[in-house]
Parts: sequence; C-alpha cells; structure tokens
Amino acid sequence: MPRIALEPRFQVEHLSVLDSEGNLDTALEPKLSADELKSLYRAMVLGRRLDERMVRLQRQGRIGTFAPIKGQEASQMGTAFTLRRADWMVPSFREIAAMIWRGWPIEKLLLFYAGHVEGGRPADDQHDLPITIPVSTQLPHAVGLAYAAQYRGDDVVVMAYFGDGATSEGDFHEAMNFAGVWHVPVVFVCQNNQWAISVPLKKQTHSRTIAQKALAYGLPGVQVDGNDVLAVYAAAREAVDRARAGDGPTLIESVTYRLGFHTTADDPSKYRSEEEVTMWEKKDPLTRFRAYLEQRNLLESDIESRVDEEIAAAVQRFEATPPADPLTMFDHAYAELPPDLEAQRAEMAEREAAGPPRVGEPTPLPPRATPMRGQRLTRR
Amino acid sequence: MPKLNMVKALNLALFQEMERDGDVLVLGEDVGVDGGVFRVTDDLQRKFGSQRVIDSPLAEAAIIGTAVGMALYGLKPVCEIQFSGFAFQCFHQIENHCARYRARSQGRFHVPMVIRMPYGGGVRALEHHSESEEQFYAHIPGLKMVIPSGPRNARALLAAAIRDPDPVIFFEAKALYHAAKEEVPDESEILPLGRAQVVREGKALTLIAYGAMVRVALEAAEVLQAEDGVETTVIDLLTIAPLDRDTLVSSVKQTGRAVVVHEAPRSFGPGAEIAASIMDGAFLSLEAPVRRVTAYDVPFVGFAREKANVPDVSRVVAAARDTLAF
Ligand SMILES: Cc1ncc(C[n+]2csc(CCOP(=O)(O)OP(=O)(O)O)c2C)c(N)n1
Ligand SMILES: [Mg+2]
Repeated sequence: MPRIALEPRFQVEHLSVLDSEGNLDTALEPKLSADELKSLYRAMVLGRRLDERMVRLQRQGRIGTFAPIKGQEASQMGTAFTLRRADWMVPSFREIAAMIWRGWPIEKLLLFYAGHVEGGRPADDQHDLPITIPVSTQLPHAVGLAYAAQYRGDDVVVMAYFGDGATSEGDFHEAMNFAGVWHVPVVFVCQNNQWAISVPLKKQTHSRTIAQKALAYGLPGVQVDGNDVLAVYAAAREAVDRARAGDGPTLIESVTYRLGFHTTADDPSKYRSEEEVTMWEKKDPLTRFRAYLEQRNLLESDIESRVDEEIAAAVQRFEATPPADPLTMFDHAYAELPPDLEAQRAEMAEREAAGPPRVGEPTPLPPRATPMRGQRLTRR
Repeated sequence: MPKLNMVKALNLALFQEMERDGDVLVLGEDVGVDGGVFRVTDDLQRKFGSQRVIDSPLAEAAIIGTAVGMALYGLKPVCEIQFSGFAFQCFHQIENHCARYRARSQGRFHVPMVIRMPYGGGVRALEHHSESEEQFYAHIPGLKMVIPSGPRNARALLAAAIRDPDPVIFFEAKALYHAAKEEVPDESEILPLGRAQVVREGKALTLIAYGAMVRVALEAAEVLQAEDGVETTVIDLLTIAPLDRDTLVSSVKQTGRAVVVHEAPRSFGPGAEIAASIMDGAFLSLEAPVRRVTAYDVPFVGFAREKANVPDVSRVVAAARDTLAF
C-alpha cells in the first residue's frame, strides 16, 4: 500500500493591529466609533484599577484569595465588547474586567471574593454564568448553551473563557469536539497568559500554537496579539459574526501575559524572572491603546479619577453588606427543602438562637434517663 | 528532634522515601519548580531532578492515568492533586482503574501508588478549595484512605502509604498544614495503615474524629472535663478505610456512648459507617444512639458561613451532653 500524502489545508493566522507605540496597521483597523473606543478604554482602565484595589483589599483581609487580571485587559475587553446583552458569557475565574462589562456590579464580585455565595448570583436578565473554578469544566456548558440556543432558534452567541493551562484538560478537547460536530454558535477564548500557576506554556503543550488545536476538531483557530485590543476585537468580531451567521464555532488564542501573581496566594518569584515580566510590561495593553487614543484625540483626561470614584462607591456598598446569615445556606440546595434538611436547618436555627456557647460555667450533668426498652442497665 | 509543621513533616517523608527507593517519584501540577502550592514538595525537584519530580500539564485524569501505568510497570508514583475539589477530573481513573487493577488482573498486577490531596476548610477559600470528600474514596473497594492529624503521624503515615502495595488516597487537612509544630524524629518512622489511635482516655464517652477534627474533639473533651467533670475517650482514626472497627468497638464497649465528628456532609458519610460498625460490635453496650456532628447536607456555603457549617467545639460538646443525657 502506498503512502498517500493528504494535504490538509490548514493555516493559523496571527493578528495584530497596533504596535507597541500605538501605531496602526490601517488595513486591519476595526470599525469602532469614537464613543465605542472611549468606552472600551474606560472598561480596560476600570479592570486595571479595580484589580489593584482588590489586591489591597485582599492584603487587608477584607476579601479572600482572588486571581488578578493585570495585563489581560485587552484580551478580555476586546472579546467581551463584541457581545450583545442577549448573548451568553461563560467565564472561568480571571475575567473581572469582562464580567463588569457584562453587568456584574463591582460590589457583587467583591462579595463573592469575601466568601459570600450571594456574589455568585447573576441578575435575572443577565445571560452570564457565575465564575467557574475547576479549570475547563465550564467549556462543555458553553457548548450546551449554544446547542440549546440553536435548538430554540434564538439569535444568540456564546463566548467562553479559559486559560492556556486549561487546554490540557479533557473537558477542553471534548467541548471543542462537540462544538465542531454540532456546529454550534460558540466562541472559545483562550487567554494564553503564558503561565498556569508555575507551569510555562512550553511545559503545558508541545504544540506550536494553541490556535492550531482547533484545526484537529475541524474549526477555525486564530491567534491574536492579546495585548492589542483592536486586534483582539477584530478577531472576536469575525468569530462572533461567523457564529451568528450559523457558520459554527471558532477558537481564539489571545496571546497575553499575566503581569501579576497567579492568585493573591502565589509567589511568582519562585518560578519566573523579573526580566520576563519587565519585557511584557513594555507591551502593556493599556499603554498601547492609550497612545492610539491620544493620536486620535480621544483620550479623556479624568478617566482614572472617575473610575476610581466608581470603585470607591462600590467598595462602600460592599462594606455595608450585613454579616452573612448562616441559615440561608439551606436556601438553594434544592427547589424544595427535603424534610431531612428541614431538620438540619431547625437544628442550626436552635443553635443560633441559643447564642454563643457558654464558657467556664459548670453544667450539672442531667439526670440519667430511664433505659430504652430492651436496653440493659448501665454498668457504671 | 526537630520541631516541624505538617508541611515540613510531609516533605521529610517524601524526601526520605525518595532517597530510600529510586522507584518513588512525584507527579502533579506545580510540584516541581514551585514545590507545590502548599510547598509540600518543596526542593524535591532540585534534589532528585525533573525526571523524578514532574511538573505535569494541567490534567488530573492524565496525572492519575499515567501514574497507574507507571505503577503497573513497577514504579511507585506519589501524585499530588492540588485540591481535593479537583479530583473529580480523575475520579474515573481512581475508581475504574487504580482501585481495580489488582482484582481485574487477578493479582498479576497491582498499583502501588499514593494520591495526596489537601482537603477541608478553615483557610478562607473559594469554592472547591475547602470541601471534604473522603467519603467518596472510603466507599471504593480496593482503595485505602488515610488522613493524618498532625506533623508526626502525617510523616509516618505518608511513608507507610508509599511502601504499601495498594493504592492509598492520602488527605491532608489544609487547616493543619501550619497549625502546629511537633517533634518529628530524623530517622524514618512508620505507622501501620488501618489502625486508629486512642489519644485520650475516659470512661464516660467516646469521641471519634480524624484530620483537623481531632483537635476539635480533644478541645471538646477538655471542656467536658472542666465543665461537666466527664472523662472522655478520643479516638483518632488516622485510616478511614479499612476502618479499625476493633478499636472503636472495644472503646464503646467500655463507654457505652459515642459521638462521631467529621467535616464532610452528614448523609452517607464516614459517620454513618462508624455508627453502623459500633452497632454491629457493641450494640448491647450502647446507652445512647451514636451521634454525628458533621457539616450539613448542603453544597459549598462560602467562607463567610463556613464556621456555622463545619463542626466546632461547642457543637461537639452539645452533642456529647445530649448523648450523656440520653
Ligand atoms: C481542575 C482544576 N485543577 C486544578 C486547579 C487549580 N488551578 C487553578 S488555576 C490553575 C492554573 C490555570 O492556568 P490557566 O488555564 O493557564 O489559567 P490562568 O490561571 O493562567 O488564567 C490551576 C492549576 C483548578 N482550579 N481546577
Ligand atoms: Mg495561563
């Protein structure tokens, strides 16, 4: 039997529009109005400033562990900006900028990170899933949402976020495969920030790009400069339009960098060099976009202070939240509380009502009860 | 003897077992350069190289699946799953294969591997980072399930788990990692798997706990002594499966009363098995039903409500008083 060369016609493109000075490749410049450009920038600045504020809140013990987004603002906003409100957004755990753009109130996210499960509830009219922590496990949900939307004949696109490390999990591959086979309107956004905690991309995959993984599943994959918000937007626009037109899923690999730590519990000095971080700081997505807006005379000078005010007001609302009522932990276990859980809830209610346990005050032993029928008398 | 916290004690066990046996290797996410997110594998890669201390790609199923292959070949992999909440991604490998190869191959193969996972609450953590899931593994025939309660027994049990010819799930309470230091002898020490320890003796009541709940049980015993003048036995299970029923039964035969404490939700949890074992072995000695103090049967509650969900001293004391008053 001869060896017959198949000729797969695959290609992976890398897209970039702005260089690091903010200069433009006009051929690729997306059509965005002045107002759109301004609100895009504002959302990125908000993401950055909130991130910095959250690190301080965490250090002060006012919120718990969280995953900073610093450096990934363009990657998030360039993609989320292409969605309509009726579209669905499926986050992982590092998309705060995009989540706020989608309508999550800042104080709700703070509440979430302060260990209040209320922070995980999307608004009733919001087509967003809550934060998902087990890596990649949200991706099949995105495909299921897209299938359901298609089944119902709704004009809906689903956008799902995940990291470079996530592409090693089975759920990623299974979701991509289903999306390809079902040809559903889903856009996979891989924020390749070069690291999965301490593991660099080259130890994560032997593929040259992440985008090319799409090709094996029969869908288009595109790589984009994830620190160039216009390029990210252009790639996402194409993918969303394709999905909306019924032309199926896309994988976008957004090449970016996590400038901060993995989470507030992490110490990156254990595994990566300062030089690497400095190198990426030069490609800061905010600086680059800012330079572009300056050239176009679209930069609003007081943007930082206005954003800071918005954050400060949200932090105040967050701090005014009453302490968590423990009894509500039973509220959402089931649609209807089973009798077994009613009893557990009652037990807790009784304990809560009794107040804090007494200390140091001797309790007389209750008199010994009469034995149950058939029970032998105690030896003691 | 140096005083070590549990992280350092576990690290010592890994170091000594790797020195002793060239077939022992460590595999998991961030276990190499980073030394594990809790630093349990700190410095091992520097000492033993990246062939023996492997920073794997981010895939629990493949960590456990490849480790099964290594174990079938004769190596002794010690896998780390970063948090027990992420072990569902490899549950099929554990249940379908790890636990069954000895039986499936009728003794021709066995799987001498250890799967370490941090579990439990008390660290202000996000979802999947504070749950207790020991019941899933304890329920699987073919697996052993070990949960130490302090630095010294953690070190000795991990060494025993690595030397054990069968797969061992090894849970480490996050709340204990830095909680206390204990003297841990330099020379290697082994505690047999499958044996509980009586860590306090008293005639009135038996408290049964493991992992981070042992401290809670011991504190409750102090309160009962100080406030009620009641002497309590406390049993530290150390191994959940196979369960040391003899130690439980012989204690309850003396005390007639038992309270089980665990962080896992109540229904179908280890407490149920323990209560049933006591019924089986000490029914005629029982003066009161066996009580369980556990988390409630609800999904993740968030750390703002964690204290109300996880057993604490006052709940254990209250259950003990109920049992004594029965
Ligand atoms: C299934 C699973 N395993 C392990 C973890 C612990 N963990 C949290 S984030 C992370 C790395 C994720 O890397 P990547 O996908 O690149 O996303 P990034 O954190 O860089 O945004 C790991 C290992 C987890 N959350 N879920
Ligand atoms: Mg990453």
